[in-house]
Amino acid sequence: MSIEQTERRQGAALVAPALLWTVAFFVLPFAAMIWMSLSHLEGREVVSGPGIGNYLRIFTEPSLLRGIRVSLEITAIVTVLSVILAWPLAWIIATRVPPKWRRLALMLAVLPFWTSYVVRSYSWTLVLGENGIVMQGLIQLGLLEQPLQIMATRTATIIGFVHFFVMLLTLTIYSNLVQLSPNYARAAEDLGASRWQVIRLVILPLTLPGVMTGAFLTFVLCIGDYITPQILGGNSELTLPQLIMLQLGRRGDYPMASALAVVLMVLVTLAYAACARWLKMERV
Amino acid sequence: MRILSWAYLVLLFLFILLPVGALVVFSFQDGRLPVPPFKGFTLEWYAKVIADRDLMAALWNSFLVAFGSSALALVLGFLAASGLARVALPGSVLLRGLLIAPMTVSYLIIALGLLQVFNAVGVRPSLLSTGIGHVVINLPLCFSIIYAAMGEHQRNALRAARDLGAREWQVLALISAPMLAPALAAAFFLSVTFSWDEFIIAFLLTRFDVTLPVEIWSMLRSGLSPATNAIGSLVFLVSVAVVVTLEFTLFRKSRS
Repeated sequence: MSIEQTERRQGAALVAPALLWTVAFFVLPFAAMIWMSLSHLEGREVVSGPGIGNYLRIFTEPSLLRGIRVSLEITAIVTVLSVILAWPLAWIIATRVPPKWRRLALMLAVLPFWTSYVVRSYSWTLVLGENGIVMQGLIQLGLLEQPLQIMATRTATIIGFVHFFVMLLTLTIYSNLVQLSPNYARAAEDLGASRWQVIRLVILPLTLPGVMTGAFLTFVLCIGDYITPQILGGNSELTLPQLIMLQLGRRGDYPMASALAVVLMVLVTLAYAACARWLKMERV
Repeated sequence: MRILSWAYLVLLFLFILLPVGALVVFSFQDGRLPVPPFKGFTLEWYAKVIADRDLMAALWNSFLVAFGSSALALVLGFLAASGLARVALPGSVLLRGLLIAPMTVSYLIIALGLLQVFNAVGVRPSLLSTGIGHVVINLPLCFSIIYAAMGEHQRNALRAARDLGAREWQVLALISAPMLAPALAAAFFLSVTFSWDEFIIAFLLTRFDVTLPVEIWSMLRSGLSPATNAIGSLVFLVSVAVVVTLEFTLFRKSRS
């Protein structure tokens, strides 16, 4: 046997365990889920068989169609708001904070990452509730007569999400900003650009990769998340993941849950296709 | 411009740190509700949380799942990266894509698929099935971090070791692993973090032995309580302590 053949055989043997694992616990379940999405429920029994009944129902039943719309709206608002809030923060930390405080500032900006995700959503219920700090503070200051109802509305979900994703985007944009050579800004200034023009016309476009990577991550994680809308938004408006969990729990309707999951995946794939130009996934 | 910058910085920090601040402050609340007014300082809720058997069992379960699944993901990822970096196998690109694929899918979808397969073959929800799910989400991470760290320099050293008569396992354990130690540590640390905090897979794939996020989730059903604040603060403070320690020991050394 030639050396090359031996090398190949050994290489294949090394890859095999990971490959088997991925096939058994990812590819197979994934295929099972797609097959399930083409089945349907009769009584409490799953009747297998390829049919697109679930998908037809998703796009005709108002409650299900509404879930897709709500998810897309919330995700779009969250992504845009997070980018708008995070960019200046990352820029200020990267350029305005003195270098020796930079690491500390960045660590503070992402500090809440270190609580658990469930606890982070819970902690917003402390702040936003009728007896929470914000409402009570505003009443004390005389700015409000009665506490506003924010909990269990879309606003609460959005605040909770934006909080998390501002941290994430600050990281991706910051790491993009510090890689930029200061010569770009200097050259633009020499050529007579105002400080504002430098930011808008030079720095901002150069951070597009960082922004898009962060925005894509935001989209994917936000649209697939069950915890934040469930804890903060409650049942006022159901998002796609909430609908999926509802199918599983109350009715045991695995086929419908699977079909909704496939829709979720298609939405993520579309988002990827839209951002692919700016994403350098091979670097991840 | 300068004043505006600082004002913005302060405002955003307030927004970012407000909920965690409220969480920690009201974990010391001497009263039944973790909302203003602050009625006085007590450690009662911490004592209650530490004495809570279910919670401590969940903490231990999370520990087991996080370290167990991360160790397995690390080994599988390391072996696969070694294999793929070594020779150009037919369909290498496809294999790499397949190994990374789970990273592009929502955890909810991975959980749903596993749940169906486990149901079909009669595997009961347990810590083991949750661990399997966590290996699925962390394997792509470990693989890609380790694969990215393998350079030409690595490959030459491995070839030299083989030429000098080292056996395959010796090459992997004595040459490759030590050379990749920083990448291996990073991959393991990230995996533990993700597994530790993962909710939806653990929620769908455990029943009686649950992990910490699932146990906290069930605490939320009884409404606001300083006890929830206490366990949340505890997790937070321990993680921050770990990160700060790492920052001042491991990473400081590697940077200087």
